[in-house]
Amino acid sequence: MATQRIDQFAKDLRADTKAAVYDGSKKGHEKRTSVLFDHLPDANRLRVLAGEIKQHVVENLDTYLPQVEAALQANGVKVHWAATAEAANEAVLSIMRARGATKIVKAKTMVSEETELAHFLEKNGVECLETDLGEFIVQIAHDHPSHIVKPIIHKNRREIATLFEQNGLGAYNDDPETITRRARQHLRGKYLAADVGLTGANFVSAESGRLVIVTNEGNSRFCLAATKCHIAMVGIEKLLPRDRDLGLFLNLLARSATAQQLTVYTEFVSGPKAAAQPDGPEEMHVILVDNGRTTVLESDCREILRCIRCGACLNVCPVYRQASGHAYRSVYPGPVGAVLSPLLAGERFPELADLPKASSLCGACNEVCPVNIPIPDLLLRLRAKGKREKAPLAAVGSPPMGAWALLASQPTAWKAALFGGKLMNYLPTKLLPIPALRAWEAKRTLPAWRGGEFRAWLKNRPKK
Amino acid sequence: MSTDRETILSHVRSALAPLPQRAALPDWEAELVIMRQARGNVDTWPLFAERLRGVNGTPLTAVADLVTLLEKGGWRHGYCDPVLWPKLAPAFPATFKVETVFDRTRVDDFQFGITRATGAIAETGTLVLTDAGTSGRLAALAPWVHVAVLSRADICVDVPQAVAALPRDPNVIWVTGPSKTADVEGILIEGVHGPGVQVALLLD
Repeated sequence: MATQRIDQFAKDLRADTKAAVYDGSKKGHEKRTSVLFDHLPDANRLRVLAGEIKQHVVENLDTYLPQVEAALQANGVKVHWAATAEAANEAVLSIMRARGATKIVKAKTMVSEETELAHFLEKNGVECLETDLGEFIVQIAHDHPSHIVKPIIHKNRREIATLFEQNGLGAYNDDPETITRRARQHLRGKYLAADVGLTGANFVSAESGRLVIVTNEGNSRFCLAATKCHIAMVGIEKLLPRDRDLGLFLNLLARSATAQQLTVYTEFVSGPKAAAQPDGPEEMHVILVDNGRTTVLESDCREILRCIRCGACLNVCPVYRQASGHAYRSVYPGPVGAVLSPLLAGERFPELADLPKASSLCGACNEVCPVNIPIPDLLLRLRAKGKREKAPLAAVGSPPMGAWALLASQPTAWKAALFGGKLMNYLPTKLLPIPALRAWEAKRTLPAWRGGEFRAWLKNRPKK
Repeated sequence: MSTDRETILSHVRSALAPLPQRAALPDWEAELVIMRQARGNVDTWPLFAERLRGVNGTPLTAVADLVTLLEKGGWRHGYCDPVLWPKLAPAFPATFKVETVFDRTRVDDFQFGITRATGAIAETGTLVLTDAGTSGRLAALAPWVHVAVLSRADICVDVPQAVAALPRDPNVIWVTGPSKTADVEGILIEGVHGPGVQVALLLD
């Protein structure tokens, strides 16, 4: 039987990387559980509720999108719409060009990973710098993040120290504190020299147009304290109906992502800076990005659009823990990625059609999900899609079931086979041609084949 | 971009058209998300102080304690909000150099920044800073030590209350402890881009 790609990734993974990913994700999961249940009397009720609210948003985007657009504009924000990744990147570039800006500092945003914004801007002569420590390391390593919340979970301190040395950030030193201080010093100069700061948004209230941006390092705050123009790239599914819903979602997000009650910085941005404030953007843009989301909305897997990108399903997943994030060959790894990535791929679905199969359907991802996404159900729907569309990757690793399917779908053949099975009772097992089977049989007695008896009973049972 | 707007909205509408009914918006009680420790009659400052210590922040109730902390750390050059400085200055010895204008061309000269907090959340140990109340976003972020000056009356108990009290200010930021990361091997390091020491000074 052919090996699935994800199994091959797991096999090829270096032992220390595997150990780092396994320990990191396991710790993350255990901490989350204790924080949620120690603090909150009915944590489970919260995630069901949050799931219902997000499902409502997803199914009413036709109302909420125009509503949020109006709210943002009323706050003095320029709103842009981007149907594709290219359009989103172009929107950023044209804002930069209109300002004559050549330098941008960037906080962590998953949607900009989807559009490969940094790469695009660099190609167009814009200096684009990642400021989240993990993302910065990924950028100088020309690597890809392997976890939604902990992008360099797959790297150890020695690799990072070597990278810093190669990039002129001091002599080799693998002390995590030294690494962090050097990044602090290097990046603050960059913030202060940049003209534009780019962020994502964790939530956007359709009621007030408030964007909520959370970080622990303070990098997005530095972007919004040092630069003169703020661009936020926001997936169209990030909306929440009311400001008060933020109270629920903020309580769930940090606990699920990093087992914190709140992240260190939770920033509510509803427009350019106040007139009296000396620091911060005088101009603010929001780019509402589709990039495949409306296709997901159209599918029978729209529940995945509830996702708030906390990474809890990665941490708990036995497959992710063995294979690490790069095995998913896309921006979103883990269980959420196994659903979202093939869907966002659109016409390139066949290239990722094996991902929905990279699961034992154990259901742990659903149990931890702060918005209660039924991930195992969605994986099954995508397996069916792969089969329907005859994607070759969807069949890799499946046992050959053709003969069985033929038999099971034809009642006459099935009945004949059941009856024919009785012949097995007369097989001279001592003469089996396979030694292993013969040895097995020598110590055991096969139960007698009783195929067809249930059917006979069913047919002849006394009917009331 | 108006064409992209129409494309997206028409895709959304056609994707949702076949749904027999749309999921309803549930209502929910704020009580559900309030942590056990913050329920009932709560004395806000002690709870706030305990939770702030829990995230490695430093709660103080006297200017003299602040001076001691800064001296101990060797942080003698800093910034102070010009509105606050007249109140604090008498407690600071002449060995300190405190400026009331934050010069962004020499951010690293400032070892501490003292600004006002417009509120706080007791159950999380969180300080609330706004554009209207904070004399400089950078002054509250770039120095190694940030001191937020707080009034007892401005502390609310829980997150839902704090959300309900969000002011009409273009920028509100909740700060819960010093800036931190665990990106390198999951090891906690404080003081990444923001302060490594976060102080809340209660001044009534």
